[in-house]
Amino acid sequence: MILVQCEFDTKLKKSALELLGAAQKLGGDITAVLLGTGAGAVATEAAQYANQVLVCEDALLEPYTAKTFAKAIADLAEQAEATIVLLAGSRGGRELAPRVAVRLDAAYLEDATNIERIEGGLRIQHYAFLARVTETLEATAPIVVCSVKPNTQAIAETRAAGEIYEVELELTASGVNILGRIQEKTTRVALTEASLVVTGGRGLGSPENFALIEGLADVIGAGVGATRAAVDAGWRPYGEQVGQTGKTVQPNAYIAVGVSGAVQHLSGMGKSKNIIAINKDPEAPIFKVADYGIIGDLHTIMPALIDAAKKLRD
Amino acid sequence: MKILCLIRQVPDAEAKVKTKASKMDFDGTTMALDGMDEYGVEQALRINEGGANTIAVALGSNRFEDAIRRALAMGIERAIHIETDTIFDVVSQAKILKAVVLEENPDIVFVGGQHADTDSQALGAALAEALEWNQITWTTELTLDNNQAKATHDVDDGKESLELTLPAIITTQQGLNEPRYPTLPNIMKAKKKELKKTTPAEYGISTSKVQIVAQEIQERARLNKLIDGKDPIAAAEQLIKLLHEEAKVI
Ligand SMILES: Cc1cc2nc3c(=O)[nH]c(=O)nc-3n(C[C@H](O)[C@H](O)[C@H](O)COP(=O)(O)OP(=O)(O)OC[C@H]3O[C@@H](n4cnc5c(N)ncnc54)[C@H](O)[C@@H]3O)c2cc1C
Repeated sequence: MILVQCEFDTKLKKSALELLGAAQKLGGDITAVLLGTGAGAVATEAAQYANQVLVCEDALLEPYTAKTFAKAIADLAEQAEATIVLLAGSRGGRELAPRVAVRLDAAYLEDATNIERIEGGLRIQHYAFLARVTETLEATAPIVVCSVKPNTQAIAETRAAGEIYEVELELTASGVNILGRIQEKTTRVALTEASLVVTGGRGLGSPENFALIEGLADVIGAGVGATRAAVDAGWRPYGEQVGQTGKTVQPNAYIAVGVSGAVQHLSGMGKSKNIIAINKDPEAPIFKVADYGIIGDLHTIMPALIDAAKKLRD
Repeated sequence: MKILCLIRQVPDAEAKVKTKASKMDFDGTTMALDGMDEYGVEQALRINEGGANTIAVALGSNRFEDAIRRALAMGIERAIHIETDTIFDVVSQAKILKAVVLEENPDIVFVGGQHADTDSQALGAALAEALEWNQITWTTELTLDNNQAKATHDVDDGKESLELTLPAIITTQQGLNEPRYPTLPNIMKAKKKELKKTTPAEYGISTSKVQIVAQEIQERARLNKLIDGKDPIAAAEQLIKLLHEEAKVI
């Protein structure tokens, strides 16, 4: 049985649809787990993709803490006799999944880009050494916990609706007191889930000039990213940072504007299917990994690009 | 306050990595103390000025000794090297390190938020669970008041500030501090500091639950179609056309 921990807001997140897709591909009985406030409201949606849906809205699940969630998921995995547990490779998922693995004394595979069954376990691929190396790993164990990199799996297909069960869990408070949360909510598509990303770097010169990045992103329906240089300067929120210490993205097209292409930045976007660079310096390292690019001043190129994209759209 | 720092030795970010027969080949690759772990070492030294009651712990091969010497030269008081050539899965690592933590009984364990060799974010969380402690991941600000820790850290969609009672695992990253460079006198002193050697077998762990089957460097061939932007409008139109008709991404 495959247990799938699903992330959701008012709907299942794309990461959850991908996990369910991966579970369907692996084959076998699928149990979707929905934890926290609002879980009940997405149960019917989840039931389209799984054989069972387990819903728990225990008050101790709010606000989220890794310790309490890990106990909930591990307890459900034990009760359901899961042999595989899948979680999202989001930042939250990657602090939760190892805890679940420890509780179950399972083998843990992290941030898989590709998953397949082998006798008694799983084989995955994932990136290592600042995403410069692709590793193939195998785990044979009674239980394998695996986090799956966002944007790498096909979305689940609907099937005959599964059963929905409300479950009770014996949880304890984690002892963590959440003082506040600053949500960097954007109306644009989430960076790690976007199939197109436009990123601005120090070359933009000022926070105001990010209007050029946002302008193009809005026309083509892309997520907005930033380099650490732009984030450190206070021009953009940290949530937009792409790279070693920011997010890892793998969109269909990654458009880097005024970005030099430092190793630490490349480790977060180097696996993008197409890389497009706009930079005035023909020697900029970003051009070495670019499929397409314009060598020129972004102040003149970007307005022209936005116009050309608009023309195409309309 | 007693502080333990988990550290590792990894290829330097700027160094070229290579493989041989589907395995990493570190011959000629410059190695360094993992930059993410280094923030933890620095934070420990800021909390306990002079380095009293700070311990560096490394679980890994013989070459990890360089990272240990670096941490000692930065000011850490003593070190434990659990020496092994086996690359353990994170659950097994957590079991070994849990035993060390219980022996040493620190208030805080620092570890890097993501390691530059395995690209893993798992060790801090796994160790926290093994100890049944709380964790603060991706910490950018930390203040301590007796056994209360207040921190700001990054989460998927923004920032969160929280408060907890120690002991805790705290994972570190860029933004928390600026790590110091070891001074020459401290490098000399580090040579005389205590470095205890032990092995995973002493903690009853000898095999990994996860096997590395292959390591490959897969560089995507890039098209490198670069357009001269002297005429911005023509260049922009050409690029949009390529993206629409050739790459088919818009
Ligand atoms: C431990 C560690 C972790 C790190 N993590 C990250 C990370 O997660 N993400 C990250 O991005 N970085 C990270 N970095 C920093 C990284 O090394 C680089 O410093 C950073 O990526 C540079 O950002 P940039 O490309 O915006 O700026 P720069 O390197 O300054 O590049 C600006 C570019 O803009 C171009 N430009 C300037 N003006 C114009 C113009 N008018 N028109 C067109 N082009 C123009 C320039 O030619 C240049 O190529 C990390 C560093 C360390 C040590």
